[in-house]
Amino acid sequence: MSNKQNTLMGWVDDRLPVTSTYEKHMSKYYAPKNFNFWYFFGVLSMLMLVNQILTGVWLTMNFTPSADAAFASVEYIMRDVEWGWLIRYMHSTGATFFFIAVYLHMMRAILYGSYQKPRELIWIFGMAIYLALMAEAFMGYVLPWGQMSYWGAQVIISLFSVLPYGNELTEWIRGDFLISGATLNRFFALHVVAVPLVIVGLVVMHLLALHEVGSNNPDGIDIKKLKDENGVPLDGVPFHPYYSVHDLVGIVVFLMVFCTVMFFFPEGGGFMLEYANFEPANGLKTPEHIAPVWYFGAFYAILRAVPDKLLGVAAMGAAIAVLFVLPWLDRSPVRSWRYKGWMSRTFILVFAVAFILLTWLGTQPTNELNTFLARASSFIYFGFFLLMPFYTRMEKTKPVPERVTGGH
Amino acid sequence: MKTLFALIAALLPAVAMASSEGVHLDKHLTDLTDKASLQRGAQTFMNYCMGCHSMEHARFNRIASDLDIPEELMMENLVFDTDKKFGALATIAMRTEDSKVWFGAAPPDLTLVARVRRPDWLYTYLRSFYVDPSRPWGVNNTVFKDVGMPHVLADLQGLQHKGTAPVAVGYDTLTGQEITEEHEDVLYLAEPGTLSVAEYDDLIFDLVNFMTYSAEPIAVERERLGWWVLLFLAIFFVPVYMLNKEYWRDVH
Amino acid sequence: MSQDGVNKGRRTLLVGVTSAVGAVGAGFVAVPFVKSWVPSEKAKAAGAPAKIDVSKIEPGSMLTAEWRGKPVYVVRRTDDMLENLPEHNDRLKDPDNSNKAQQPAYADNINRSRKPEVLVVLGVCTHLGCAPKYFGEVQPQQFDANWPGGWFCPCHGSRFDLSGRVFQGSPAASNLEIPPHSYESANVVVVGVDEENA
Repeated sequence: MSNKQNTLMGWVDDRLPVTSTYEKHMSKYYAPKNFNFWYFFGVLSMLMLVNQILTGVWLTMNFTPSADAAFASVEYIMRDVEWGWLIRYMHSTGATFFFIAVYLHMMRAILYGSYQKPRELIWIFGMAIYLALMAEAFMGYVLPWGQMSYWGAQVIISLFSVLPYGNELTEWIRGDFLISGATLNRFFALHVVAVPLVIVGLVVMHLLALHEVGSNNPDGIDIKKLKDENGVPLDGVPFHPYYSVHDLVGIVVFLMVFCTVMFFFPEGGGFMLEYANFEPANGLKTPEHIAPVWYFGAFYAILRAVPDKLLGVAAMGAAIAVLFVLPWLDRSPVRSWRYKGWMSRTFILVFAVAFILLTWLGTQPTNELNTFLARASSFIYFGFFLLMPFYTRMEKTKPVPERVTGGH
Repeated sequence: MKTLFALIAALLPAVAMASSEGVHLDKHLTDLTDKASLQRGAQTFMNYCMGCHSMEHARFNRIASDLDIPEELMMENLVFDTDKKFGALATIAMRTEDSKVWFGAAPPDLTLVARVRRPDWLYTYLRSFYVDPSRPWGVNNTVFKDVGMPHVLADLQGLQHKGTAPVAVGYDTLTGQEITEEHEDVLYLAEPGTLSVAEYDDLIFDLVNFMTYSAEPIAVERERLGWWVLLFLAIFFVPVYMLNKEYWRDVH
Repeated sequence: MSQDGVNKGRRTLLVGVTSAVGAVGAGFVAVPFVKSWVPSEKAKAAGAPAKIDVSKIEPGSMLTAEWRGKPVYVVRRTDDMLENLPEHNDRLKDPDNSNKAQQPAYADNINRSRKPEVLVVLGVCTHLGCAPKYFGEVQPQQFDANWPGGWFCPCHGSRFDLSGRVFQGSPAASNLEIPPHSYESANVVVVGVDEENA
């Protein structure tokens, strides 16, 4: 704790726990020393969150949230506002890289069982962030008021029509009988104020919960079991400076990839900024091929894989909902896939491939082959989760070592 | 696992094929650094397109400075609306209510058309009009079926017909002469215009080059800046990497 | 985990270099955010030079034009008005244009104009930015029994003569600003463009 000295810092510490908070979360937060590549994506998600908030605030300075002016105001930002193009591309590319980081971060948790006891709440908060992020990204994509903004919103909002009082509900969401300026205005308010507040709050909870129980690691070992005479975990290192300098390497490499895409492929081949979205919204003309941006592809593919509107929406909802109960589906005595049996290991790999395939399929037009692949992948997706209580208990696991291995 | 990957790899081309629809597009080798081409393209656009199509997100002064056109030259030769100021947006006087009556649909704004349709499509489209008496304007288009636009450049290109005609399929390796084959349903020039086929292709190339520029005027500068940013990050990587190595010696 | 044999100098150096390069990077990142606040191309187009036909102004009267959203007063002064200008020099704060920022060099004369009879002046009071009101007639006014013609600011009572020079006793400290301007032709004045870069 702080040494209540007669210094400025001591004066502040008596009134606000600055030093002790810093120590608790940075210099005396002991993280396992065997973090690998997968452990970069937490801090990278954070970096992207900061990027989105900063560039987002600047975009609101010149964006006009009205059906008449939104599209032109985006082009105004891209052309007339000095450096506006860069801020806009940072935001649009940032959305993609936010999702890349978040998906890899989630995959890390699945690989090493980071959602298992006692980290269930961390996972739940994480899933809540993910859900809020999807809402945030969806509403953000509506704002430029291009054809894809409009028709994407049309399709997504129509999903709610399968619920009881569906028509009233969709009308209430839109604030009109069709997607209109009223919809745009409320999405703007939610996108720039309400949802970001929720996300930041959830991120704080996510981190507080993490620092309460401590970080997991690729071996899934509890490092707090073995401590030295000072109570410091034998396999732990202080987050600062060891992981701050380590994360910095990851951040620089990540930024290189980010900048390569942003400066040389800002449209991301039509997966990040869809070509049809460079055409202003037209409520009388649907684009030939409506596709979600890539990060929603998997869930959209699951929706389309089911040949029934109600069941399709239910399947899509279930695909997201099932993630929340993951901590209670995994009955394995070990955390990390390194020590799980062959069934878990195979399922995790097949699941990852199925998810990537679904993401791809969601962005493609339907045809017989695509529908078949989407259905097969959807079965794998749900099979991974729903069969988990069985295969994680049946399989033979390997012995977990006392101390962490590999990595550094 | 490997077999699954192989299966997916084998299926991907089929998936990709299924997603792109039939029409063959000629490649447009866009070159946004070719200022002369962009200037010629701007001239063609202002002369032939701006009668009906606006470029409402672009400003004349920005086009002039990006394309190295002096202000007087720009205002005298390329801006036909004398009420327009140099810094004005390239809008047009035609009202959408009128144009809807005249054309059935308002001619779309073309500032961003190259980002919507892509340069290859535009390059092919503008060279694919053919005579079709069943259409209101007497022309149809192989890329944009039942298009609502007249062939504005018909004087320059001439008139193409769709039917059976010889098509170049390669060159004789010995004589260097073109080898042709009769194909059905192809376009051939029935009535030549004032330009030769090569000249017309060049004209359209420049025009599409200009429209690609107008869709994203910052593109050249964006890539130029990108290299500097990557260079900076590469330099930054050195001390960052060494710092990490230095601290982690404690742990190893 | 051991701290034995740590090369502290090397560590300090690496932390220093990383922080310095990082700070430079942060500086670069800040540039777009800071510079995006300058007037946009749209604002610049709206603030483009304004053209005014001075031949339509009656002698002795004033026309108000707009340049960069500010009022520009153009007065076509009569010969009497011009002859009167030196008469009240002793009542002015700065009769000889010693504050060079208030007019371009070509307007640094008693008429404060390019052409003697045509005054082009910004209608922005140098006190707190109100638009002064034109009182061109030489006649006693409520605010000045000895009024030689000029502007009176309704906000705080600053007074300026027919060259835009501020009278003593006004809260305003300096003369009204003469914007850069030039003549495109004999009768068309362009506000916002000096001759050299017209």
